[in-house]
Amino acid sequence: MKYFHLVWAGLFRKKVRTVLTLLSVVVAFLLFGLLQSVNEAFSAGAEQARADRLITNSRYSIIEMLPISYLPQIESVPGVKNVAFASWFGGSYQDRPAQFGVFPVEPERYLRAVPEIVLPPAQLERWSATRDGAIVGRSLAQRYGWQVGDRVTLVADIWPQRDGSNEWNFEIAGIYTSPDSEQNEGALLFQWDYFDEARQYARGTVGWFVVQVEDPDQAESVAQSIDALFANSSNETKTQTEKAFAQGFARQFGDVGLIVTSILGAVFFTILVLTGNTMAQAVRERIPELAILKTLGFSDRAVLGLVLAEALALILLGGLLGLALAAGALGALSAMLAGFGVQGISSSVVSLGLLVMLALGLVVGLPPALRAMRLRVVDALGGHQ
Amino acid sequence: MNIFKQVAAVSLMNLRSVPQRWSTSLVIVVGIAGVVGVLTAILAMGEGFRATLGAAGKVDQAIVLRSGATSELTSGLGRESVDLIARSAGVARGADGQPIASAEILVIADLPKRGVGTLANAPIRGVQPGAFALRPEVEIIEGRGFEPGPRELIVGRGAASQFEGLTVGARLAFRDADWTVVGIFSAGGGAHESELWGDAETVMSAYRRGGFQSVTVQLEDAAALDTFKAALADEPRLNVEAQTLRAYYAAQSRQMSMLINVLGYTIGYIMAIGALFGALNTMYAAVSTRAREIATLRALGFGGGAIVASVLLEALLLALLGGVLGGSLAWLLFNGYTVSTLGANFSQVAFDFRVTGELLAQGIAWSLVIGLLGGLLPAWRAARQPVTTALRTL
Repeated sequence: MKYFHLVWAGLFRKKVRTVLTLLSVVVAFLLFGLLQSVNEAFSAGAEQARADRLITNSRYSIIEMLPISYLPQIESVPGVKNVAFASWFGGSYQDRPAQFGVFPVEPERYLRAVPEIVLPPAQLERWSATRDGAIVGRSLAQRYGWQVGDRVTLVADIWPQRDGSNEWNFEIAGIYTSPDSEQNEGALLFQWDYFDEARQYARGTVGWFVVQVEDPDQAESVAQSIDALFANSSNETKTQTEKAFAQGFARQFGDVGLIVTSILGAVFFTILVLTGNTMAQAVRERIPELAILKTLGFSDRAVLGLVLAEALALILLGGLLGLALAAGALGALSAMLAGFGVQGISSSVVSLGLLVMLALGLVVGLPPALRAMRLRVVDALGGHQ
Repeated sequence: MNIFKQVAAVSLMNLRSVPQRWSTSLVIVVGIAGVVGVLTAILAMGEGFRATLGAAGKVDQAIVLRSGATSELTSGLGRESVDLIARSAGVARGADGQPIASAEILVIADLPKRGVGTLANAPIRGVQPGAFALRPEVEIIEGRGFEPGPRELIVGRGAASQFEGLTVGARLAFRDADWTVVGIFSAGGGAHESELWGDAETVMSAYRRGGFQSVTVQLEDAAALDTFKAALADEPRLNVEAQTLRAYYAAQSRQMSMLINVLGYTIGYIMAIGALFGALNTMYAAVSTRAREIATLRALGFGGGAIVASVLLEALLLALLGGVLGGSLAWLLFNGYTVSTLGANFSQVAFDFRVTGELLAQGIAWSLVIGLLGGLLPAWRAARQPVTTALRTL
């Protein structure tokens, strides 16, 4: 640290050049922060999936429904702790396709199998007692300014009511939270009884079952037992862990990870050329100065350290500023991005960013640092370098 | 010496010295190539998606869905409705006097996506014979068409490229029995190429469905849409909505192309700002290494304008090189590259990246703007440098 001033002075020897380089690094890490956060939000479903839960849906595709009569049969499979079910409602809110999940469920049954969402007991009671009652996640409620007691109308696309009307009215009976992750607070859940009675067709069927197992290590064998129950029936099932289900679903959109990595690859290659050039230039111009440092008794190693520290300081300073900007931008856009599940910058994005900064700093700093280390004082002072 | 001769002389001298300064000049080229390459590639994806859905979008054909449904998958129509729709006013009739229409069922099968290994939603469309009259662009390019009755399918060429094992003669096990792939078809690059087609009744019986999801009809002409819509509205037994195929597919691609455009331009602008800093750096360095040279020229009587113009010209040429490089890379790497994503029918839509001339031109325009902005301040400084101080440096 005692050389901090020396590093700093070296860095800002040419102010304009350093500031411009610094700004390019800031921009690169701003992009890194934004894209990596989007990427993370995309794979969040799989990251947050619980090891003790299985999803059972139709073997042929997720759009085929399963009979609700499967429920007691799945419950009787050894190793199964709780079973709930849900269906895809879809629909539009305020003339746009709903930017949040809407699922008909049985209140108490669903909350038992999905313990990560928390609803105050009084609200659960109110929900269970209200035929058209619905509960919404806290972050969803904040997005639309909904409060308990408000009425919300969704327009169905798949599920018209028996009388042909597409309008479904709900009363918000509760607001649930998910202490572990805000990303789980984005759905609207309403009573399956109301859904099943009021819909025009396919009564008595559900989209998928959510199966909680006693022991996560037994999850695979429980899944096989469930599928074996319905093999060769007219509605065969496919049971997989929640994680496999979420991964498979995310991959259907395309390889977002690959796209993000390609873009960031191009960005960092550019930054590499840019900062590498700046550092090489900075050392080239300062060869006589570096030689004087050596004459004064700085060891080769110390000179190497000084140049390397300069490169690292440049990239770290720019990188941290860039990540801070990304955090600010995500915060400012949070309302717009909530539909995509982007919720600000996470610690894993920051730590990955730090790793990239270190690597970039080393790659950029090492060649000029080595050159500085190998300088022979006589040649350098004599201008033969 | 007139100003043009001055500019030409100074610029030529500058450009001849670029090879000596290649590493700083590289910054501007690589920086701009990065921006243009990424921007062009992302926008080419949106362009391809729009083109794929647009290819199916005719104005003289209409698709009828249950009222409220936003896509075929969320729709449902009974047999009686289907007959009523086909016989409505405004529907064109073929040589046999029958309405040109196809009632269709769209279901989804889980098939392994190529390269990923996980299952993805493949759309299976059950069609009536009218489907081929409605879509003359559908052409069997390998094998033969399907027969009604046996469980036979033809596979669009986009689906064949995106899913594993969809070749002629392949057997697919879904819904109780094996299906045989008997042919591969093309459909003018449109969305149908992402689908698997079979006979409507056969698909319906395999999936134990009692009804269809949509009816597509040939209108007498584009203006007949209103007649057709009015006829549907007047029929109390129907609760349906009709729209032209163009409107239907435009709505389906709107959200995705908007998302891609927002993404592309946001990333493009941010990268362009970064490249601008790089360009400024390059040009400041170029000006400062040539400070004495420039001062000498000024002392010889070259005007400030000639100096400014020559620096700008250098910046623009380097930027142009970057823009051309970025655009060419995007074209070489991505043009025609096929990907697929989850479309409006909750199933995979395959589409090709399309690096169009328009996108390439836009990339060049971006590179020139960055070059101009990046050259302006350094050029200004070069021209304003007091001759005496500059000559005395070093």
